[in-house]
Amino acid sequence: MGDAIVTLKIDGVEVHVPEGTMILKAAKDNGIIIPTLCNLEGLTPYGGCRLCLVEISGSPKLFAACITPVSSGMEVTTQSEKLKEYRKMAVQLLLAEKSHVCSVCVANDHCELQSLANELGVDHTMFERNFTKEEIDSTHDFLVIDRNRCILCTRCIRVCDEIEGVHTLDLRMRGKDAQIIMDLDNKWVNSCSCTSCRKCAKVCPVGAIYIEGEPVGHTKHKEIAEFITERRQRKCK
Amino acid sequence: MEATSLNLADIQKIAEQEVDFERAYKYRINVCCSSGCVPLGALKVLKAFEDAVKELGVEKECKVARTGCPGTCAVGPAVMIEPGDYLYQNVTPEKAREIVRDHVVLGLPVKEMLYKNEAFYKKQQRLVLRNAGKIDPQRIQDYIAMGGYSAIVKCLATMTPQGVIYEVSTSGLRGRGGAGFPTGQKWGLVARAHSKPKYIVANLDEGDPGVFANRTLAEADPHAILEGMLIAAYAIGAEKGYLYIRSEYPLAIQTLQKAIAQARSISLLGDNILETGFKFDVELRFGAGAFVAGEETAILASVEGRRAMPRPRPPYPANSGLWGKPTLIQNVETLANIPLIIQNGGVWFSKIGTPRCTGTKCFSLTGKTKNPGLIEVPMGITLREVVFDIGGGVPEGRKFKAVLVGGPSGGCLPDTLLELPVDYDSLTRVGAIMGSGGIVVLDDKSCMVDTAKFFTEFCVDESCGRCTPCRAGLIRIKEIFDGITQGDARVEDITTLEKAGVYIRDASLCGLGQTAPNPVLTTLRYFKDEYLEHIQDKKCRAGKCFKNKEEEV
Repeated sequence: MGDAIVTLKIDGVEVHVPEGTMILKAAKDNGIIIPTLCNLEGLTPYGGCRLCLVEISGSPKLFAACITPVSSGMEVTTQSEKLKEYRKMAVQLLLAEKSHVCSVCVANDHCELQSLANELGVDHTMFERNFTKEEIDSTHDFLVIDRNRCILCTRCIRVCDEIEGVHTLDLRMRGKDAQIIMDLDNKWVNSCSCTSCRKCAKVCPVGAIYIEGEPVGHTKHKEIAEFITERRQRKCK
Repeated sequence: MEATSLNLADIQKIAEQEVDFERAYKYRINVCCSSGCVPLGALKVLKAFEDAVKELGVEKECKVARTGCPGTCAVGPAVMIEPGDYLYQNVTPEKAREIVRDHVVLGLPVKEMLYKNEAFYKKQQRLVLRNAGKIDPQRIQDYIAMGGYSAIVKCLATMTPQGVIYEVSTSGLRGRGGAGFPTGQKWGLVARAHSKPKYIVANLDEGDPGVFANRTLAEADPHAILEGMLIAAYAIGAEKGYLYIRSEYPLAIQTLQKAIAQARSISLLGDNILETGFKFDVELRFGAGAFVAGEETAILASVEGRRAMPRPRPPYPANSGLWGKPTLIQNVETLANIPLIIQNGGVWFSKIGTPRCTGTKCFSLTGKTKNPGLIEVPMGITLREVVFDIGGGVPEGRKFKAVLVGGPSGGCLPDTLLELPVDYDSLTRVGAIMGSGGIVVLDDKSCMVDTAKFFTEFCVDESCGRCTPCRAGLIRIKEIFDGITQGDARVEDITTLEKAGVYIRDASLCGLGQTAPNPVLTTLRYFKDEYLEHIQDKKCRAGKCFKNKEEEV
């Protein structure tokens, strides 16, 4: 990474971005929005949700825009029939994977998965939906995790590790059984490393981690400074 | 091994000594003691041979050796008597004495116990498995006597690292792990990477059900892998190598541990290899049973001690691998080819197989075949030759139906594709993969829907959970299969299967997800009528599906 500027085309528009920029960021800086669920600026890209797949001319493969760095002369297509189809498929699979019922969800109207489904016109899934019955962990003073709504984007894990620096959250099991856990699979209240910073709730794109008694819209759209002050106040209490 | 510091010439001396030592024996009895034959009583057979040789007073002219697998796993315990390569099948401790008496003392091979299937070996070309079943894997001298470690001596004495890479590039060797990336090119990339230190990771995480080629190689000829690693290290400038092996392979682990200790004891590994100043050492790392850990980037995470989860590329491991340093990841079968290329030259190797896919490939031949076992065939051989000539076809009274090439994420190919040459590109074209080298033969008693379901279930369990298509998609495919095999499906489900399969193939992050729908997509492509039969007529022509839970028990 350096000061060198790379020129490439995104959807036919010529853009100039610093070398090493990921396609997703390059597009966003130039007003082209590529949908994503797992990516969040400031955290290490994860490449898991596969919503930001784009086409690069000259390759038959698809590339996740959040983890593919730009290169000179690249021609990126972010919108096509195939990509739309695949994005719809990803949203459908996520909706079918766990119990996503918007009407009873705390994140209703503030949910990135929901708004993406609206945007892409996903009003049903072609798959049989799987209603999971995971226990909700509300043992913590105010943080709640409902794994039935988790899309395993791991934003919470990354923010906990990279920003707060405590790495309370991580994954257990693999594949369809993968779950977010605290410490060595403790109840949240028993976690000795959690600093109750609430960043996990702030970054959760859906309603899987939220703050009890606080509207999700409030948690998510708050500035980080405000966030920290409030946390101190909570601690004093 | 008492010698501690040897130089280049000493390897030649060891080889000569060992050859003289062997020459004193008129016969050599090789008892296969690999994971296939041990459960059948191979160790008892070994003991019986040792006793019989002593009892009959021929221990001075007949050597009994514990060796690796000659490939004929169906007829174990297998015993080979040299000279003449007489292979005895289904040997029991009781028969051992008879064999020693007739073959060694009287010089008359016991005809009725000999392995009769000459066709099994006729079309094979055993390069990687050159020493399998012939040397004692626990003795480094055996390997050296067969010309082992002469390739690394040649490299250190006469070749530059660039020369080694050039030779490997000329050979046209492609990675045997499944994807078939040109090996010479990969070495060049790592060699050119600036940062230091550099690492080598040898991949022996063979997780596919029914595949045992790498295990057999490690059990039969561990030094070939180590020599390959040494040459690679010399070529790219690495000082440390990790050999990643599954914990499920205890005998292979034990054999490799012993091999590494022996190589260290005669300074073939360590700080000053053969007094040339070249430094390289190998450490074993054990996998904990995750299939995905065999994936290139997941194996790195696992070696580092983290959760075996693939990560996106770039950065490629050649530039940023173990702990962010340039790393060469190679399957052990690829590495075992390297000494041969150095000894005989890249041009020699490039003439084996086909022009685009040179060399040979080991396959575990299993399923409904007469001669299951481990085979090694030149690239470009047709599937028909593998299944019918080497494998002997399906057992009597049954009809060949399909062959699954490439393990759980391979493709099911029908009889119309039997003339297909076995190489990376041809297999990919028809929807299968070379993969780990598993060939499963299916007969008319196998239901294709059930087969596809079985392999999908395997991939559902082994998905790491990182990306949506593989984690959330495969499980839905599995549910649709449940519906089809239990009589609860609609014709539209076929379209859903196809759509989801193509999506998972195109959108997944790593090789596991990208290849996992292969069984589904190939069975849909070649055996669609069976799906329709299941859905519309609720009929399974193989009689596998629509069974109640109780019946299954």
